[in-house]
Amino acid sequence: MKEYVSVTAKFDQDGSLLPLIINWEDGRKFEIDKITDIRFASSLKSGGAGVRYTCQILNHTRYLYLEGNRWFIEK
Amino acid sequence: MRTILHSDCNGFYASVESLLHPELRGKPLAVAGDAENRHGIILAKNEEAKKFFVKTGEAIWQAKNKCPELVVIEPHFDQYMRFSKLAKGIYAEYTDRVESFGLDEAWLDVTGNGQRGYEIAKEINARVKEELGITVSIGVSFNKIFAKLGSDYKKPDAITKIDFDGEDGFKNKVWPLPCGDLLYVGKATEKKLHTMGIYTIGDIALTSPEILKSNLGKWGEILHTFANGMDSSPVAQFDKHPDVKSIGNSTTTPRDLKDYSDVKMIVQILSDSVARRMRELGFKAGVVTITVRDNQLFSFTRQGQLNPFSNHTRDIRNKALELFRKNYNFKKPIRSLGVSVSKLVADSVPCQLSFFQDCDRDIKEENLDRTLDSLKNRFGNYVVRPAFLIKDKKLSLLNPKDDHIIHPVGFF
Repeated sequence: MKEYVSVTAKFDQDGSLLPLIINWEDGRKFEIDKITDIRFASSLKSGGAGVRYTCQILNHTRYLYLEGNRWFIEK
Repeated sequence: MRTILHSDCNGFYASVESLLHPELRGKPLAVAGDAENRHGIILAKNEEAKKFFVKTGEAIWQAKNKCPELVVIEPHFDQYMRFSKLAKGIYAEYTDRVESFGLDEAWLDVTGNGQRGYEIAKEINARVKEELGITVSIGVSFNKIFAKLGSDYKKPDAITKIDFDGEDGFKNKVWPLPCGDLLYVGKATEKKLHTMGIYTIGDIALTSPEILKSNLGKWGEILHTFANGMDSSPVAQFDKHPDVKSIGNSTTTPRDLKDYSDVKMIVQILSDSVARRMRELGFKAGVVTITVRDNQLFSFTRQGQLNPFSNHTRDIRNKALELFRKNYNFKKPIRSLGVSVSKLVADSVPCQLSFFQDCDRDIKEENLDRTLDSLKNRFGNYVVRPAFLIKDKKLSLLNPKDDHIIHPVGFF
């Protein structure tokens, strides 16, 4: 399933865009510890395609996608 | 020798839909127009639906007869255009010569990359799968015609090489195929070829071009060059739009057209769309063509000259209606209508005025068109309309200019 999420992100001077925090609907916030890979990819699981950020969050690896101007995760 | 790839997204509309709807994956799926408005034909189907022999172009009910559990969804052209653009972005990383053939097909000239055609095809195939989640078939050859044939040779998700000679040479691989597989051999041409005793592409290649020409006209010679691998048409530069030869719109109307006033409404709408597109692109036209199809699906076309050349809605409409009045007697109601213009020149080309022409009226007409265009661009297609269109709202709430954003293209 596709779960759209609210994301706090940062634009650098060079225009690159990095997500910092995923804001869960129930108010919880998950800080992204590290981004290990950025590439364009499709998500067969959730049905979409966009820029895929491979994120380390609390020792878990999660994919965070930016499709157009909306962020989503695979659920 | 050139190295040319033809990449074809398999079941494009249906593939994009199954990517976007994971819950439908694995089920027989078809994309079809709106049955309510009588556009209910199959536009694309996935592999599962193919197993039930669901065919593009048939009615939804025909498809459902063959496959009762078929899932039918409406098209989402904005998504198809997005994925088409993404695929082209990948192609463009390999060469600046990328020529689109519709939304889902493209030729790539990768000659400059040495002899790595097959490797590039493998890489593109893998990347499209990974990045877009859809599959492509790719043909690798030394001209556009065989490259296209190669992408049809094995589907889905395959790469086919057609060389000049050797094991994968075109004489081995292409010549045994039925002549109908060659680009531009349609049903009618295929029939004619059969009566001449020509059944395979090899037969076309080995028949003398004079005999083909005497039976098929100039197409005979062209097919002969195609079959012999002598097509030398270049792959156009990326983003360089091919020359526009004609602009047209047609529609299957929400209900059959019974009389002249119905036809007038539809012709007005189609002519306005065609004329607006022409003005946007900066053209004037010299020929107007109408296409009429009655409810028995018999259809014909008629064309007439515009003198002087024009891009006014009024001129296009009047010519189309004149052609219609001369050629139709309403013995049968009409199912669909089309208006197109050709013999296009730039609208800045000076034109010869006539003594008897009312130039003031032309200038007024031009100002009116321009004003209406800018109003419609700002406030939508329905903001200003001729009063007679209000008579039948179901029929006249048609917006061919913006609803049908994907216009078919031809090879020549």
